[in-house]
Amino acid sequence: MIPKTNKKTKRVEGIATEATAGIKAIFPLIFAAIPIGLLYGAVATQKGMSVLEVTLASALVFAGGSQFVALDMWHYPLPIFTIAFATFLVNLRLVLMSFSLGPKAHKMQGLRKYLTFFFLTDETWALSEQRVTQKPLTYSFMLGLALPFYASWTLSSALGASVGALIETPEKWGLDFAFTAMFACLIMGFWKGKSTGITLLVTALTAAAVYKLVPGAWYIIAGALAGIISAAIQYKPEPPKNDKQPLP
Amino acid sequence: MNTLHLIDSTALLCILAMAGVTYLARITGLLLLRFVKIEGRLEAALQAVPPAILMAVITPVAIATGPAETLATGITALAATRLPLLAAIATGVISVVILRLFMV
Repeated sequence: MIPKTNKKTKRVEGIATEATAGIKAIFPLIFAAIPIGLLYGAVATQKGMSVLEVTLASALVFAGGSQFVALDMWHYPLPIFTIAFATFLVNLRLVLMSFSLGPKAHKMQGLRKYLTFFFLTDETWALSEQRVTQKPLTYSFMLGLALPFYASWTLSSALGASVGALIETPEKWGLDFAFTAMFACLIMGFWKGKSTGITLLVTALTAAAVYKLVPGAWYIIAGALAGIISAAIQYKPEPPKNDKQPLP
Repeated sequence: MNTLHLIDSTALLCILAMAGVTYLARITGLLLLRFVKIEGRLEAALQAVPPAILMAVITPVAIATGPAETLATGITALAATRLPLLAAIATGVISVVILRLFMV
């Protein structure tokens, strides 16, 4: 069939190109997410969650870090308020991520923006920020990123929950460390020199102290705030740039 | 609780609460944007947000679990500067398995 080169096919092609770019970008991360999803499902069933509950949690919350933190507190009767609060604390970073990415998503109309931002995670956010350094951020690109990632997270959690008992000792295979390893890699992606090192050190020391002394998930927000404040203190205003060439 | 039950109403409520606060976090930034201008010191602070939060999240394992985990986190971070993501994660996982054999 010969494609008609009218406006509509051009638009469809544009959507396809953007979506493909998104899928290509997220592809390697799917392989990082699947073992973690399997592990989440397996640990969750050991904590007493059913397969349906695990699947719903992954499909509706779709934020792995907070889902793991919630598992730590998953004892019956469930402390709903404490779990919801801890979830919010762990996910407070999403406020800052959407704050940073929002203005760069200006091509998206209202409702579409609020739909794609449901899929905001460390990974989709980092790849979107990377994308806007080269091209404007589109709805198709973000869905191309988000949907395969969403599907693999939800399905691997469900699978992990179904065959959970098979992975009885994840420590033996080092799988419990995969999550930490992934975050350590993502951290290095934000490295900008010595000041980042200081921020990380301040964060880690504060988080470790609070983790040892205060029960619950407070260490996350306490550590992060200490690091953010140290970055604000380290800030030096750049000398005003001479954008304008002196007039001849 | 056993894993044979389909769904428990308290668990469902808990999952919905988690989903609600998470979506709220995802769109709060969009809503805040209408009121704040990001520049200067605020911008520097915002740029530190992702690494600081990620660091805080992994601190219990990276710093407060044991020497094997701390060393493996360092190795992973180094690997991340040279290898693609998946290879760096694999390096971290393999090194933690080996280190745990020697350090208890």
